[in-house]
Amino acid sequence: MTTHDVTLPSYLEQTPDVRARFRSISERPVVLRVNNLGKTFDSVKGAVQALKQVSFEVHRREFVSIIGPSGCGKSTLIRILAGLEELSAGEILLDDREVNGPGPERGMVFQGYTLFPWLTVLKNVMFGLEVSATSNGITGNTKEQEARDWIKMVGLTDFADSYPHELSGGMKQRVAIARALANRPRILLMDEPFGALDAQTRAKMQSYLLQIWKNVDVTIIFITHDLDEAIYLSDRIVVLKANPGEIQEIIEVPVEHPRSPEQFLSQEFLATKKRLEELIHPPREAEEMLPIIRMTQIGDDVY
Amino acid sequence: MARTRYFIIWKELDHGRRRVLQVFSFIIPLLLWSIISYCPLVWHPMVIVSDPGDIAHFKVDSMIKKEAFYRENAKAVEQHRKPAQGVPANPVYLPAPHEVAASFYKAFVTPPRLPDEPWLHQSLWHSITVILWGFLISSVVAVPLGILCGTYRFFAYLTEPFVEFFRYLPAPAFAALAVAVLGIYDGPKVAIIVIGTFFQQVLMIANTTQRLDPALLEAAQTLGARGIKLFSRVVIPGILPDVYRDMRILLGWAWTYLIVAEVVGNSTGITWFINQQAKYRIYDNVYAAIIMIGIIGLTTDLALAWIGSQLFTWKSKKKSVLSRLSAAYAASSRVKPKLSQEAP
Repeated sequence: MTTHDVTLPSYLEQTPDVRARFRSISERPVVLRVNNLGKTFDSVKGAVQALKQVSFEVHRREFVSIIGPSGCGKSTLIRILAGLEELSAGEILLDDREVNGPGPERGMVFQGYTLFPWLTVLKNVMFGLEVSATSNGITGNTKEQEARDWIKMVGLTDFADSYPHELSGGMKQRVAIARALANRPRILLMDEPFGALDAQTRAKMQSYLLQIWKNVDVTIIFITHDLDEAIYLSDRIVVLKANPGEIQEIIEVPVEHPRSPEQFLSQEFLATKKRLEELIHPPREAEEMLPIIRMTQIGDDVY
Repeated sequence: MARTRYFIIWKELDHGRRRVLQVFSFIIPLLLWSIISYCPLVWHPMVIVSDPGDIAHFKVDSMIKKEAFYRENAKAVEQHRKPAQGVPANPVYLPAPHEVAASFYKAFVTPPRLPDEPWLHQSLWHSITVILWGFLISSVVAVPLGILCGTYRFFAYLTEPFVEFFRYLPAPAFAALAVAVLGIYDGPKVAIIVIGTFFQQVLMIANTTQRLDPALLEAAQTLGARGIKLFSRVVIPGILPDVYRDMRILLGWAWTYLIVAEVVGNSTGITWFINQQAKYRIYDNVYAAIIMIGIIGLTTDLALAWIGSQLFTWKSKKKSVLSRLSAAYAASSRVKPKLSQEAP
């Protein structure tokens, strides 16, 4: 709904490089397969369908974002993927095996940081290594060294012995990412991880995340309500609609890699954003007017 | 302008003002007490006779109600006899601050009247042991049970309704029963404190446990923790500082049951001392003993608060004394490598 009419290419147009990239992604093995997933909640008004017939596949080392209007069930979806909530219908396959309940192979980064406040940064990052049954063979020293490597990767070497309350929001979220990655998850689930951060920190975190993703063997599912963030980070974007939460469209982002903030103004970027706007905020006939009576002097106008 | 700075909702005062007010919270009651004790015009309903004059039934140093004193004097003047002289005084049960202060020392050095009676410090120590045993026995059961109730709904539904019912039964109501079962010595006293503490403790600890941020449990689960590890590595460390704070509050409550507990069976401890001194009408000692209970309670609590702040440094912005010492040590030993780093 821009007032300036700019002719943009279709978001479906892809350069040969981008097309080749998507072809190579689709040839990679499928890590996560979601089949006809459904979720109904019991509420006082009866059963509410939060998610309906959600199906999609995520290939190895792909970056998939899930966006949608508020109330579309995107947080519910990722919580089901993490095993923190039960599904009502369908199935989730991780490497072709059905998953039940939470597990270390599906790491999660929450919006609210959720660092253990009584543990130092180092101990937080070591947490997964110490509790998960699979790492029982590793000695304490190796665990500590591994944790330190992850802390180094997110650039917090000097803060290894600090407690979470001594860190800024962005630093906390970097620790949370390191903590999740230290478990070597097959898939990293991120639930609006940068939602609580200010715009500058958020931009910085996005670029950190892209660097981490490039260098670590991990597949990422990323929930956000920020369209720019979704386009900037993702290979594909799953667009949900609300009531019930259903997939509207899965968009292949035509913006080339490596990504940089300059691309925010590129034609592909804007075309994708235009499409997302259309999907998420469908054009309405007239803007809703508030029943406000005029309470200012005549002539005292702001515009 | 300066005045308004004291009265802003939620606004913390600066360090100096805070200290002054905290000191005043003790000075104000002391001041009131002093005014009543030292200003002859305030209250002073009695008169101490300094010269009985011609009134036959007045004696030097006897304490007489003011009205009676003036009535007798008026009568004496009427009959042309010499009136008595006296100074206004407060009743014997309200000693002046300096008398109580003196008896703080006096009470400790005065030997008991009977050879087999305990000294004051022995009475106090007896009270402290009764409290500690009661609190310990209660805690050993109530803390694990409370944590279980707060963690697993199973235990909560299985115990909490009964506990809710029982905590309304006043502990002193069990005094007679406790004596019948446990004899007349310390057993029933400890039991009263246990009954008074236990049920509140279970509910309080359960409540504290439930207030643990569920997001931390979820995060731990996505990191692979489950079952007993979730419990030992997330629930327990997460609630520890709050449980500690609860215990401080509960220990304070245990003290309030002490006086009741100590009259059960044969009277002992600080309560026995207070009652005994009241019987002898040495009220300055009574006040001294009561204030001593307050001082012991407050200093214990302040000490526990300080220990807590040292134990749970991750809660406060301050560093513990231990960690500051070790940091200082590390800094002093780090000086040399720093130089060698710059050399190449």
